[in-house]
Amino acid sequence: MNNLIILPIVIPLLMGIILVFFNRNIKIQKWLSAIASLASVIVAGIIVQTVHTNGIQTLEIGNWVPPYGIVLVADMYASLLVLTTAIIGFTSLLFAFSSTTAEREKFYFYPGVQFLLLGVTGAFLTGDIFNLFVFFEVMLMSSYMLIVLGSSKNQLRESIKYILVNVISSALFVIAVAYLYALTGTLNMADLSVRIAEMGQSGLLTVIAILFLVIFGLKGAIFPLYFWLPGSYQAPPAVVTALFGALLTKVGVYSITRVFTLIFYHEPTFTHEILAWLSALTIIFGVIGAIAYWDIKKIVIYNIITAVGVILFGVAANTPNAIEGSVYYLVHDMIIKGALFFLVGAIVAITGTSNLRKFSGLIASHPLLGWMFFIAALALAGIPPLSGFVGKLKIVQGGFEAGEYTIAFVVLLSSLLVLYSVMKIFIHGFWGEPNKEAIAQTSPKGLLFPIAILLALSIAYGFGVEFLSPYISQAADTLLDPSIYIQAVLKE
Amino acid sequence: MKTNDVIFQTATKVIVFIIILYSLHLFFSGHYTPGGGFIGGLMTAGALVLLLLAFDIKTVVNTLPLDYIKLTATGLLIAVLTGIGSFFFKVPFLTHTFSYVELPFLGETALATAVLFDLGVYLVVIGVTMTIIQTIGETE
Repeated sequence: MNNLIILPIVIPLLMGIILVFFNRNIKIQKWLSAIASLASVIVAGIIVQTVHTNGIQTLEIGNWVPPYGIVLVADMYASLLVLTTAIIGFTSLLFAFSSTTAEREKFYFYPGVQFLLLGVTGAFLTGDIFNLFVFFEVMLMSSYMLIVLGSSKNQLRESIKYILVNVISSALFVIAVAYLYALTGTLNMADLSVRIAEMGQSGLLTVIAILFLVIFGLKGAIFPLYFWLPGSYQAPPAVVTALFGALLTKVGVYSITRVFTLIFYHEPTFTHEILAWLSALTIIFGVIGAIAYWDIKKIVIYNIITAVGVILFGVAANTPNAIEGSVYYLVHDMIIKGALFFLVGAIVAITGTSNLRKFSGLIASHPLLGWMFFIAALALAGIPPLSGFVGKLKIVQGGFEAGEYTIAFVVLLSSLLVLYSVMKIFIHGFWGEPNKEAIAQTSPKGLLFPIAILLALSIAYGFGVEFLSPYISQAADTLLDPSIYIQAVLKE
Repeated sequence: MKTNDVIFQTATKVIVFIIILYSLHLFFSGHYTPGGGFIGGLMTAGALVLLLLAFDIKTVVNTLPLDYIKLTATGLLIAVLTGIGSFFFKVPFLTHTFSYVELPFLGETALATAVLFDLGVYLVVIGVTMTIIQTIGETE
């Protein structure tokens, strides 16, 4: 019994509700939501430390013993992601304060953000597969609202696509849970894992496993289910795209990781092989998109897809190094994607366009922004002292250990093309002759502060690997050995 | 031509109270028989919709000056606070309890904290339904 681990869910929920009462008073909304997400960061930090010293924390909601009730489970993997989510939430709010129009703010923008954070955090913490569905819906409903808020033509068109795809994948989710419940008679993830281990993973269960891969693949944008993502993520304002790019697809990635390390891990030659090839194709199509476009938003959006592929390849390879690498890379990618979308938002705020051919020479008037973009680009590609390096190194190492040489080379090659795609922005947008009419001389001060926080974290993450490694390896241990998780939940 | 719907309006004045009473009955019977906050709230909203049909939006808003968005938020707040209440008794979130209380007129009655949660659901359902219907109704 530990009510601490429900606090990251309750704080945004309570604050989201309270903010509804103050929808006309923007100042109070800003203060309250900033305080709430700062509190979430602190609580999430405490949880990470508690899990580190005392092992996996569980909370049996309503005092019902699992598998009969809903149980919240904070293992190291989930807690690290909750902490990263809280940080992204906090910086996004700071970015929103100086970039969101008053019109949006009056129509429940901040409650929407709080409910989105609630859904994401809940999805990370839950130990029940139907409860996971419910938190997915909480997250998606808020994202529907955030994507359409402001109702420009583009947003309306893209939100229809986005809602349609997600309604279909949610229906598939319900069907998959129904199949699983029919075969096993339980919904608790730990209990599911025990029962499937007893029954043996039959052909039917493998079919359900692939169905889950399709569902979470639709949410997490893997090949060939990523088709909705580039358009939908381009429509809303930068801060919403940053929240989506840093959090939403990662929930899909988290769910795939959880399901394939905890529940369906008995037929790796089939399920994990499929996952490995799909992630390779995801990487390839992601980088093709990233180098093809001259639109800075699109370039960063396609980089999300590449990163999803890289993380999932780590999961598919399923060796200690690869899993550890994918945990490293997931946390890094959430931070750096947040930073990159903020940077893109700041550039668009200055130039008024996201077309790379229409502006150049930004470094002359905005040197700080330019060098921050440069650091973010290097971190994204995985240049050694920065945060992307260790994760990719371990994933490639794990890939070689697992004998997946081709895909490991694809991962290595993708880094080069990812670097090329973001350096293209740097070279064409920041270097060259300053294009006077395109560049506003106003300096977006408020926008740079949240970017600086995330970049500082990213640099600290790269340099502090030694300090972080006990936490990450604890997360990887639970993923590699499901019995640790099961023991913590069912206490047998 | 303005139609005269005096029969409709007179019937509505009687029927609305019956519907609201039945919805309250459904709401309170949820613990032991079919019913509960969701269907109770829908039916109360149904009564309000009948009022909207019989009279126009302005009349209903003047008689019942409720901000339905705030009503939804109040319902959510009640539901969350019943969960948080368990923090003070050192039990997990959302742990419910009940006891038997002698009430005047009603005699020995089981009072469960789950009803408070249901009250939250009831208010949310009314609030959401009415927000949807009024917003669409007011849009030109």
